[in-house]
Amino acid sequence: MTGERNALAVIPAFNEEAHVADVVSGVRAQGLPLDVLVVDDGSDDGTARAAAEAGAHVVSLPFNVGYGGALQTGFKYALRNGYEYLVHLDGDGQHDPASIAPLLEAVRNGGTDIVVGSRFLQDPDYRCLFARRIGIAIFRLIARLTTGRAITDPTSGFQALNRKAFAFYSREYPSDFPDTDVIITSHRAHFEIREIPVKIHPSVSGRSMHSGLAPFYYVFKMFLSICVTLLRKRPKKEE
Amino acid sequence: MLFRQKIFAITAALFLLVLIFELVRRRKLKEEYSWLWLLTGVSILVLTLWYDLLLMLTSAIGAKVATTTLFIAAVMYLILITLHFSVRISSLSDQVKKLVQELAILKAEKGDIHN
Repeated sequence: MTGERNALAVIPAFNEEAHVADVVSGVRAQGLPLDVLVVDDGSDDGTARAAAEAGAHVVSLPFNVGYGGALQTGFKYALRNGYEYLVHLDGDGQHDPASIAPLLEAVRNGGTDIVVGSRFLQDPDYRCLFARRIGIAIFRLIARLTTGRAITDPTSGFQALNRKAFAFYSREYPSDFPDTDVIITSHRAHFEIREIPVKIHPSVSGRSMHSGLAPFYYVFKMFLSICVTLLRKRPKKEE
Repeated sequence: MLFRQKIFAITAALFLLVLIFELVRRRKLKEEYSWLWLLTGVSILVLTLWYDLLLMLTSAIGAKVATTTLFIAAVMYLILITLHFSVRISSLSDQVKKLVQELAILKAEKGDIHN
């Protein structure tokens, strides 16, 4: 941590050589007092070098751990280096860095531990695949029933956290894709969660993590993990 | 049970038990994993020497012939041991994840970015 910069932007990236530099410069161009960390998730292209050249701190995982595992590496880094606030966004350029300021502001103002950037709040007809929309609707309903509040975009990779929240996540976080289960767990650990609208560009690299048979597995995995999350003992906020 | 069958079963059970002890002695097999295997060897031995127990178990589970009981036991045992391995693999992959995360952070702190 350097001087006044008590916030860290974490960008997990897997084979994003083409976009990661733009994302890093985009974040730095916001002129916010924050450091930028790119977690290179075992890429076999020049992701780490491109990120470092664009001025980011880089942590390189020796092999691909998964999106959640890479993000958790960022949480651990932030914890270790004494950051107070953290914002994470994807390395493919779909998250507009202009939304970082409002996200961080919301978590800095206190009262909220986790601020989720939602693509749906502002732009209700944000276009995505039909199957994905149904999936999102179901999990939104589950999140609503279990946490008692509306979370429109639980899969959002654009979130701001305070230290208490990322300390909690650095202990327990899914390796693959954090989702509704994480929101429910955090809610059960008495974290204050809020959503604010963010601007999202359709994925620049055009790759979707939900294709082929993956959506079926995804729905199955989410149901299972939500069920066991609810059956687990209430997690403790601090240890 | 035929005498020859008995001899064969006892030999097999003893061979298994000796093998397990030897593996533990040479530290090729951890004690915590050996008990399930030892249990198998001992069960074979007990059921061979005490055939009536096998017959009692057979009628208790409603099977017609003793071989069914043995097959069911063997299949259940194999399922349990693979499940046990899945549990171990899950915890090992979690440990590996934690290790590489720590390693990556420490490497970054040393300013060691070679790609």
